[in-house]
Amino acid sequence: MSRRGIALLGGLAILLLALPGVANAYLLSVATLILYLAYVGQAWNVMMGFAGQLSLGHSLYVGVGAYAAASLFFHFGVGPWAGLWLAIALSVALGCAIGFLAFRFGISGVYFALLTIAFAEFVRIGFDHLQWTGGPGGLFLKVAQRDQIDLANFRGPPEMYYYAILCLAALAFAGCAWLLRTKAGYYWQAIRENEEAAQALGINTFRWKMLAVAISSAMTAVAGVFFAFYYNNLFPEQIFHISRSIEIILGPIIGGVGTLFGPILGAALLTLLSDGITEGLAAMGWEIPGVKHVFYGVVLLAVVLFLPNGIWPPIARRFGLRR
Amino acid sequence: MLSVRGLDLFYGDAQALSQVSLEVPKGEIVAIVGANGAGKSSLIRAISGIEPASAGEVLFMGKPIGKLAPHEICDLGIGQVAEGRQVFPTLTVEENLEMGGLLPRARASARDRMAEVYRMFPQLAQRRRQLAGTLSGGEQQMLAIGRCLMGNPELIMFDEPSLGLAPLVVQEVLHAIRALNEKGMTVLLVEQNVAVSLKISAHAYVLENGGIAMSGRGSELLHDDRVRQAYLGL
Repeated sequence: MSRRGIALLGGLAILLLALPGVANAYLLSVATLILYLAYVGQAWNVMMGFAGQLSLGHSLYVGVGAYAAASLFFHFGVGPWAGLWLAIALSVALGCAIGFLAFRFGISGVYFALLTIAFAEFVRIGFDHLQWTGGPGGLFLKVAQRDQIDLANFRGPPEMYYYAILCLAALAFAGCAWLLRTKAGYYWQAIRENEEAAQALGINTFRWKMLAVAISSAMTAVAGVFFAFYYNNLFPEQIFHISRSIEIILGPIIGGVGTLFGPILGAALLTLLSDGITEGLAAMGWEIPGVKHVFYGVVLLAVVLFLPNGIWPPIARRFGLRR
Repeated sequence: MLSVRGLDLFYGDAQALSQVSLEVPKGEIVAIVGANGAGKSSLIRAISGIEPASAGEVLFMGKPIGKLAPHEICDLGIGQVAEGRQVFPTLTVEENLEMGGLLPRARASARDRMAEVYRMFPQLAQRRRQLAGTLSGGEQQMLAIGRCLMGNPELIMFDEPSLGLAPLVVQEVLHAIRALNEKGMTVLLVEQNVAVSLKISAHAYVLENGGIAMSGRGSELLHDDRVRQAYLGL
């Protein structure tokens, strides 16, 4: 990495670490949301950006991860550190089931994306009828004591959640940077660029695509556990909803699919601007519900029209940074 | 070295290959010629295991390979240079080559082989850090051949290596193929460009509507009236 890149990363790290000291509660919640979206975007990027497999159903892994850890906690008092493993196992199992069906039978591209939506919808409807997790009425965790930190049960003040998701986002960033330089990373790029050529070179494309799905779904499941313990309530209609999947992929698409900074930049821009617009309009006395989604649409159109590779690649080129 | 016996291939209901049989002896260049849609690419895809054949068998060095996965077939030593070159555009020339050398059979000798590829195609050495997508068509073809050589193949299947290249560059590519052959490489050459492929091949098959219509020595077919009328427009 170039010196500029290191300086940029260092500056960003200091800013993010110091943020809870200067930000008010609202800003901190926005920052937490940004980091959450950056993290999930990074996870999605492993599948789409690295290996070229388009998932439009990543809310599935968030939801399954969230419900797994939350219901263990709710019913048996099992803390999230143990629940995390169940969340990961279930999500990876589902991801691999989808991957197996698709990759074994040669379903790719748009059809693969449809399959991911179908699974997310299927599980959403399933949870709607699963009384054990509260069905459509939702699952509620006891709201935490906000003044003391209980790390074992992952309950505490907003600052704790902020630092937790900051850790996750940083780990995901470092992990993805490392993955890209491993053999798997190169194989994924070959598959993304040209699957048939990759196959002709003797790459077992089935195995490496499955690995991408497994890593991506495992990472996303962790985000689900965070989501459950941060927001304390889960509704199938919300967490599995396709709009959630879209929200996950907007960040990386706008920031730059396949790049490391893209998901972070995209999540930050989208959240800051959409919240800014909503707040700004509210300050002027206009409460327009759904204005955020109109804004998403406009930004997406603009990026597709003018910066089809996302916002990050031209910035990286301009300042001589990699990716 | 490679024998194909009674191969049938279907895409759904459409039959792409019917009862195709051919032999590729060690150290020779064998050409498959035919018009668009005759089944040439399907044949390569069937041999390399990308499309499973519904009947018939493929033997490589006496071993049946019809049931193997594409990556296993590669690792036995059947390389291919796919139609339209198919380099990885956002990776550098060197990364493209490295990608070719990751097969278990090739990993140990990848360094030496890369030096050999650069010796063979000096333009690639000059452009080793350049993104493959920025190369000219001819250079991309060289890269595709080099990448295939990185896998240490015993047999290379070329699918339309002349496609979309300027006549001078086509000559260069054919020259490279012939040079490889002189060093002992066995080649299966699939081409639309009938005249040139018949010229450099020892033996050739004419594929029509998914079946072998004719076969013989390249020079014989080149002077055959039917071939001259149908493919050379003479």
